[in-house]
Amino acid sequence: MTPPSDHLIELSGVGKHFGGVIALADVSLHIKQGEIYGLIGPNGAGKTTLFNVVTGLYQLDSGSFDFAGQRYTQCKPHLLAQAGIARTFQNIRLFANMSALENIMVGRHLRTRTGIWGALTRNAAARAEERATVQRARELLDYVGISSAHQTLAKHLSYGEQRRLEIARALATEPKLLALDEPAAGMNATETVALKALLQKIRASGITVLLIEHDVKLIMGLCDRVAVLDYGKKIAEGAPEEVRRDPAVIAAYLGGEAA
Amino acid sequence: MKLHRSSGHLTLAIALLALPFIIDALFGHGWVRITDFALLYIMLALGLNIVVGYAGLLDLGYIAFYAVGAYTYALLGSPQFGIHWPMYVVLPLGALIACGFGVLLGAPTLKLRGDYLAIVTLGFGEIIRIFLNNLNAPVNITNGPQGISAIDPLQVGAFSFGSSYEWMGIRIDDVHLHYYLFLGFTLLVIFVSRRLEDSRIGRAWVAIREDEVAASAMGINTRNIKLLAFAMGATFGGISGGLFAGFQGFVSPESFSLMESIMVLCMVVLGGMGNVGGVVLGGVLLVALPELFRNAAGPVQQALIGKVIVDPESLRMLMFGLALILVMLWRPAGIWPSTQRRREFAADDSVLHQEQETVYDASK
Repeated sequence: MTPPSDHLIELSGVGKHFGGVIALADVSLHIKQGEIYGLIGPNGAGKTTLFNVVTGLYQLDSGSFDFAGQRYTQCKPHLLAQAGIARTFQNIRLFANMSALENIMVGRHLRTRTGIWGALTRNAAARAEERATVQRARELLDYVGISSAHQTLAKHLSYGEQRRLEIARALATEPKLLALDEPAAGMNATETVALKALLQKIRASGITVLLIEHDVKLIMGLCDRVAVLDYGKKIAEGAPEEVRRDPAVIAAYLGGEAA
Repeated sequence: MKLHRSSGHLTLAIALLALPFIIDALFGHGWVRITDFALLYIMLALGLNIVVGYAGLLDLGYIAFYAVGAYTYALLGSPQFGIHWPMYVVLPLGALIACGFGVLLGAPTLKLRGDYLAIVTLGFGEIIRIFLNNLNAPVNITNGPQGISAIDPLQVGAFSFGSSYEWMGIRIDDVHLHYYLFLGFTLLVIFVSRRLEDSRIGRAWVAIREDEVAASAMGINTRNIKLLAFAMGATFGGISGGLFAGFQGFVSPESFSLMESIMVLCMVVLGGMGNVGGVVLGGVLLVALPELFRNAAGPVQQALIGKVIVDPESLRMLMFGLALILVMLWRPAGIWPSTQRRREFAADDSVLHQEQETVYDASK
């Protein structure tokens, strides 16, 4: 059975355990081309684990994982990045002692070629590529709205700016899917509104977005579809409004037995 | 501005060319020889700087690559096997074999990080030395602890760096000639280091040092890029080793002890990790100062107390340790650090401030 062609990501029966702890059990879901897909659930539900499976940080123990029609069940992070999945991290992982511009330039590594020979001789091709890299990095800084910070070290940026820089760095890899792990965590209300606008802009440019978030308002206002995880299982999936009314979801969040 | 820079370069070039004669005139022949060794160590330190300073991989067995380069030269240019290949074949070959050993060591170990990698590389360094020490039986390859002697001098065609020449009434000795040869290689290594540092590959190395997980999520093939750092570092070590063998005319496993690895690492750390200038400074200081001390410790004790109480050799290591502690206390990023490393070690008020703010925001 081949999945419908508009499915960018197809997970079926995905399981992952750490020793005796089952982090994911038989999770199946798909993400369609061009949508913003939300992943919510209580703490410890397995959201980040699923996220790490999709970005290659963890190898899944069972099930399968297809991306853009290709199977990536056992795959290294850099190959998934190559295939077109870029991510940010829940606890920001920028290259702290590099400038904002340099951070994005590292993101261009994947789409540039210069090797040792080019670096040593600085031939025309290498110089042109380096110029293009700087140019693209500046554009991306501008795109996420922190162009004034290009010389600033990543660790000296404000929290909201660091989140934006992480997104810019991920975009530098030219992804098909941008996976964001709690991008609004620690942001104030104004920053969250700005983030929402940025994510809509990114989606409009044709990039599919996978979003883990605790901020329900953001999820509800932004996502086309939402999946809810609880204890490593998918307990609901659908449009945000439906999911919100789902008794199993309410039970998972408020505790108690599902009706 | 451009003129200013190029005139600066010219001054530096003249100074470097005149240096062996100045040293010879002021301090004597022995010190020119010490300068030659300083250049060899600078090459080694620059090679290790790629591994430790750029890519952030702690390698405690680096001297093994120096040994590989030296023994390659020794075996292919001495009466040991009666092979006398020319230097322009053996030096690159030694560099290539050292590079191969770098990959050989790197491939299985680069999954390890930090302390674990340090221990494994330390073991590797010792294994190479012990092999060299014991490969005299059942088939005699390395001549064991006796080492290999009567190694061919560095020479190109009829021109030998191990002889003296008269040129326009100036006598140029072997130590002077070696100085120029080594200087050439050192400048080449500096050039390669600088170019790599400021390139796509250099950025990838720094990214891996900063955060390996994030680097791989950005599509950097961390294993290959780390292997590249190992291979580059090992290549420099191999070149330096070959030059050492040709210069010294004798190699034995003794020259490649753990202490030597530590010494080269100290040059990198003390001078300033990740900064070519700092590493060069570290190399010069750590070769010159102990020599100065060796010469001075005896007479000073004699003059002050009337007899030599502490052996200058052991006192040398004592002072060396003390100097290391003092530098680490006052300049933890090294005497002349790269701007990046300085940032890492700087106690940063703004970061602290921001972290407190973040905590405050999150609790709201």
